[in-house]
Amino acid sequence: MSQSINFDPIRLPPEAEELRLEVREFLADEIANGSFNPSSSILKSGFDREFSKRVGKRGWIGMTWPKKYGGQERSFLERYVVTEEFRSQNAPVTCHFTADRQSGPVLLKYAQEHIKLDILPRITAGDCCFCIGLSEPNSGSDLFAASTKATPTDGGYLINGTKLWTSNAHQADYMIGLFRTSPPTKENRRHGLTQFLVDLKQPNITINPVRNMAGKHDFNEVVFDDLFIPEDHLLGEVDSAWKQATSELAYERSGPERFLETYYMLPELVRVLGKEPDIRAKEGVGRLVAQLHTLRRMSVSVNGMLQAGKEPVLEGSIVKDVGTIWEQALPSKARELASFIDDEPGNRTNFDELLQFSTNIAPKLTIQGGTTEVLRGIIARGLGLR
Amino acid sequence: MSDDNLLIDATTKIFEDLCDPQNINAAKDDSWKQLLWNALEESGLTSAWVPEEFGGAGASISDGFSIIEVAGKFAVPIALPETLLGGWLLSNANISVPKGIMAVAPTRPRDKVTIHSNGTLYGQVRGVPFASEADHIVAAIEDAVSTKVALVAKNNCEIKSFSGLSGDPRDTILFDNVDAISIQELEGDLSYRSVKLMGATIRSLQIGGALMAILELATEHAKTRVAFEKPIAKFQAVQHNLAKLANETAAAVAVANSAADTLANSPDNEQAIFFEASSAKIRTGEAVGEGTAIAHQVLGAIGFTEEHILHRFTQRLWDWRDDFGNESEWAVELGALIAENGPDELWPLLTTR
Repeated sequence: MSQSINFDPIRLPPEAEELRLEVREFLADEIANGSFNPSSSILKSGFDREFSKRVGKRGWIGMTWPKKYGGQERSFLERYVVTEEFRSQNAPVTCHFTADRQSGPVLLKYAQEHIKLDILPRITAGDCCFCIGLSEPNSGSDLFAASTKATPTDGGYLINGTKLWTSNAHQADYMIGLFRTSPPTKENRRHGLTQFLVDLKQPNITINPVRNMAGKHDFNEVVFDDLFIPEDHLLGEVDSAWKQATSELAYERSGPERFLETYYMLPELVRVLGKEPDIRAKEGVGRLVAQLHTLRRMSVSVNGMLQAGKEPVLEGSIVKDVGTIWEQALPSKARELASFIDDEPGNRTNFDELLQFSTNIAPKLTIQGGTTEVLRGIIARGLGLR
Repeated sequence: MSDDNLLIDATTKIFEDLCDPQNINAAKDDSWKQLLWNALEESGLTSAWVPEEFGGAGASISDGFSIIEVAGKFAVPIALPETLLGGWLLSNANISVPKGIMAVAPTRPRDKVTIHSNGTLYGQVRGVPFASEADHIVAAIEDAVSTKVALVAKNNCEIKSFSGLSGDPRDTILFDNVDAISIQELEGDLSYRSVKLMGATIRSLQIGGALMAILELATEHAKTRVAFEKPIAKFQAVQHNLAKLANETAAAVAVANSAADTLANSPDNEQAIFFEASSAKIRTGEAVGEGTAIAHQVLGAIGFTEEHILHRFTQRLWDWRDDFGNESEWAVELGALIAENGPDELWPLLTTR
């Protein structure tokens, strides 16, 4: 085989488990203070800048980054614990999570020093929201077909075109956008795209809402009309964005958020089933818990390998593929397993409300951040098939 | 780490030389079995879990698990895992471990062996792997106050021979007023359930190993088999099927090794061992279903023949998922615990591991 698959049984270190207790205490206080309600917050937007600022104060945003940029220089396994605890309680992390996971690390690697010193500390303070401008009306999974143009002009670039399905653009302060600076070449169709930092709070940008089928405003259409971007907002090498996305992908794809998006259905199912469910429900719950435990062990393993300086790109894609399929199927499995419970008035009101919502959002889970088909292509490449 | 790799390399070498699936598949008789057993016994692998003071190799729990995973990769069709488990059980009951092949009973959750008031053994246990090939049977016995281990000469038991899907023995043993060589209490924190969980973890590791092997078989086949004028590996439908096989293999290997790590490094943590080992048997059992179906689909009619070695792996995978509790049986036990604990204890339990 061209590449073997490794999932070392890595355990979270003691300092991460100590941190978990701090995070649980913080979240319990937040819940007690009414900042969010874990059994219904999932139905809301999840964007709460004041909450993010309080998280930032605790040092839990960008916590792996260097101290001079506002980070804490803690390990990826510590960040893992923070991420999974917030997710499991349905805490409103939308305002800071994209920057914490993706945009910050890109800036850290490719932005100029004065930009880093300006923006990264604002991210870690929880007061700077990012969105990601990749998909366009005519390019989704096929990122390298992007056509929104960046044309050189005096002191920078002019941007023209449209990004689509951009989550949170309407609430974000910045975007990291992928724009075309040259046509693709015959030898390399991925050539010609460049990453830029875009300040969204300026004219020449129109942001139009695209409501999703769950009735939420999350997606946006972002239209650039001769938007000026200064030269120093260029990230990395011109025309070479395709080289800049290798190891980050493993971080992006292997985190606990890739299988916990509908997790709330599982404890809610256990709640409505009661202490002595029938044998069918016991078996169903047992299987779901075993599957989730497996995913979590795989995910911790990938993050441990990343912390050790390895590049488990294949393993990261496997976690996202298996994880998103699992979280997508969970609402329907919960629905089936709850079929025969006693229908006391009020008993399953919250369950049914969450079930409706999770069923409605389930289709997106295997699309966002790399579709099932794209992931399987990467896995097949890892197996040496293509 | 390097010691670990040395052991894996040495084990692999023995199987490559004496248990190559292709050679065994083509063998006219069973004479390879004795050669293989002798080599394993001489190298100390069969007594890995027996302490040196009992005449064994005194390897660590995690070393023993490494041997078992490699045995899974070769679909080893002799009682090596059973003999290792037997040695572990006897040692933990302070019974000296005999030479030769051992089988362990019971392996089905509802079967039982009991001790009569005169000290003899009673009970019928079914589906016991390799009982007919064993010299001794190691029986785990649960009574009201303790868990006991009995060492019995195979010839003292009545054996009805049956085989599993793979053709390997899955025999019924009838204990009817049978004298044991020795009966002792299991020591320390080990319970009757510990024995089942150890067995479940062993099978999970074998399943992970064999899935790795069929992933490699199917991948190599897809790269070389030409249809419609190109290697079938170039068809996206085939690529995606193999990616799913890789996913299932990864899940099985990850959860099995996690359970093995728990037994090796947290031997006193009963809750963790139950959670990890039951999850491992559930999830690896699930992986067997999807994984074997895909491997056979990729190999087509060729993989459905007796001549091809694929069945040496897939049929054993089907056998193994039924030994020491199948995925449904363990899921009911795990689900019952989750329900009893209630919804607020689910996340804390998941994050203990």
